[in-house]
Amino acid sequence: MDKFTTLTGVAAPLRMINVDTDRIIPKQFLKTIKRTGLGEFLFNDLRYNPDGSEVAGFVLNQSAYRNAKILVAGDNFGCGSSREHAPWAILDFGISCIIAPSFADIFYNNCFKNGILPVSLPEEQVSTLLEGAESGANAIFTVDLDNQLVTGPNGELFEFEIDPFRKHCLFNGLDDIGLTLEKIAKIETFEQKRSVQYPWL
Amino acid sequence: MNLPRTLFDKIWDGHLVHEQDDGTCLIYIDRHLVHEVTSPQAFEGLRVAGRGVRCPEGTLAVADHNIPTINRAAGITEETSRIQVETLERNVSEFGVPYLPLNDSRQGIVHIIGPELGFTLPGATIVCGDSHTSTHGACGALAFGIGTSEVEHVLATQTLIQKRPQNMRITVDGRCGTGVTAKDVILSIIAQIGTAGATGHVIEYAGPAIKELSMEGRMTVCNMSVEAGARAGLIAPDEVTFEYLLGREMSPKGGAWELAIADWRALPSDENAVYDREISLDADDLVPHVTWGTSPQDTLPVTSRVPNPESEVDAGRRTSLERSLSYMDLVPGTPLAEVPIDRVFIGSCTNGRIEDLREAAAVAAGRQVAQGVGAMIVPGSGLVKEEAEEEGLDKIFVDAGFEWREPGCSMCLAMNADRLEPGERCASTSNRNFEGRQGRGGRTHLMSPAMAAAAAVTGHITDVRDLIDK
Repeated sequence: MDKFTTLTGVAAPLRMINVDTDRIIPKQFLKTIKRTGLGEFLFNDLRYNPDGSEVAGFVLNQSAYRNAKILVAGDNFGCGSSREHAPWAILDFGISCIIAPSFADIFYNNCFKNGILPVSLPEEQVSTLLEGAESGANAIFTVDLDNQLVTGPNGELFEFEIDPFRKHCLFNGLDDIGLTLEKIAKIETFEQKRSVQYPWL
Repeated sequence: MNLPRTLFDKIWDGHLVHEQDDGTCLIYIDRHLVHEVTSPQAFEGLRVAGRGVRCPEGTLAVADHNIPTINRAAGITEETSRIQVETLERNVSEFGVPYLPLNDSRQGIVHIIGPELGFTLPGATIVCGDSHTSTHGACGALAFGIGTSEVEHVLATQTLIQKRPQNMRITVDGRCGTGVTAKDVILSIIAQIGTAGATGHVIEYAGPAIKELSMEGRMTVCNMSVEAGARAGLIAPDEVTFEYLLGREMSPKGGAWELAIADWRALPSDENAVYDREISLDADDLVPHVTWGTSPQDTLPVTSRVPNPESEVDAGRRTSLERSLSYMDLVPGTPLAEVPIDRVFIGSCTNGRIEDLREAAAVAAGRQVAQGVGAMIVPGSGLVKEEAEEEGLDKIFVDAGFEWREPGCSMCLAMNADRLEPGERCASTSNRNFEGRQGRGGRTHLMSPAMAAAAAVTGHITDVRDLIDK
């Protein structure tokens, strides 16, 4: 997993609440057996007409946002299905930070497993950042994980909260499984106790 | 003296392998269900890192999301779907994971077969790369959905790194009247608290109306916990639970059963246990519910009318409401019970169990699917299908003009060929009415199996109570 330290880039505004993972990546793209290549289909039904042509009004089809690195969106982002194809598609498109007032639990977890930083900020701050993001190619944001700061295009500066362990793993690009396997002795001890206490399991 | 604990606290504490100073927990996972859509990249990850599956006996794999529900003998004709199922079969064989193939009568939707086979047990931790894993909480198990990276983590270590969620209790007093089911209970809860209403929480459902539900009904309630944003749903195990699990294929037997049941009786929350949030509602006043919009929180009693965006004060919500109504092609003020439907889907991990099919059959019996309506029954598993056929439910459905299919997820998420065409409107017993969920441009109205059967025979959304002999 890539390290996430500081990210500077264009932020795309998506003024929608309850953006579900079906919307982020519809079911027909879940037939893949790979993690890569999904960026092309990110927000498929919002981004393309049924005949495959682009929906001109959709934010990621506008020239200023085609290379967006950050997405600013409404409340409860990533609700619904647990599909990790959603963060894979977002990352494959080139976005590695999402700013929203709140996130659904499973999606939030999945982001951290893929080097994506989900930033949760109060509604009024996100509203300010949405306005900033609407300034097209000038919508340059900087997200500094170490100092837990988001800087908007007009110098707006907001501090965000993040769980220290998740921050540590993201900042250093750590592999969860590797970390857990360092605790293998504890797992073995637990399993021995479990086989006595809960023999039916 | 120990502090009083909730059911959730007891299961969590019993599975804690390690807790860091910052509160990050490593918890042990007893049962892991695996399916074809969210596992290929996890097995590939193991292969690349040279890791194995730590506990194959705690793992059970089945294909359900991406498989045909008709003409199974012909195999899977769609190439990408076939590759995905073949990949699962190759992976389970390489890593030694137990697998129920498509031609096994026990094959079915992961969340139907877990409890049905006794793989799901009270007090256990259960995960699956699917958000509706919350279903298993009906057995008093702590069960939640995970992403593919976490699937790989569980396969490799039989543990998960988690933050302790908060406790929430939803108490449902009273009792459901005729024609009002578990689906109406959970839809009305989501309408009340919203799709993010329980984010970060595990919901424990309690109260007389919950106690009175069958295991099938409890599973319907827990299943849709995730639609309220919850990490998991839980119901305290009781005699109904034990009776359901006794004698199932993988349930403990003999002395082990006695030991287990003694442990399970101590699982319910202690008196005076503290919840971070408490909500209550009364089932006495409940009427059948349907969704009108594109989020499960867009739910109203079937006796209501399509809402008017102009009465919404919050601008963001008003825009969202307008977009929903436009997508759903509904006019504000229209009585919901007058909305015509084109398709009916009865099935899914929410409502694909035997009791659901009995409820639908009771409405369908002696009636005919309305002209121009296509109605499909997809049992949740091979065992549900067999049981329904033994009871003659298949005959009732077929005589009434419904299609009787093979088990799978089918039109709940429309990954296979079972999907809505653009503009088609569906009465569905599934769990999500998102835009495009059942097919691009398709319009979904969620409701109970009895309500869906009622819509099938009248051709429009219908208050099922009007069709039941009072």
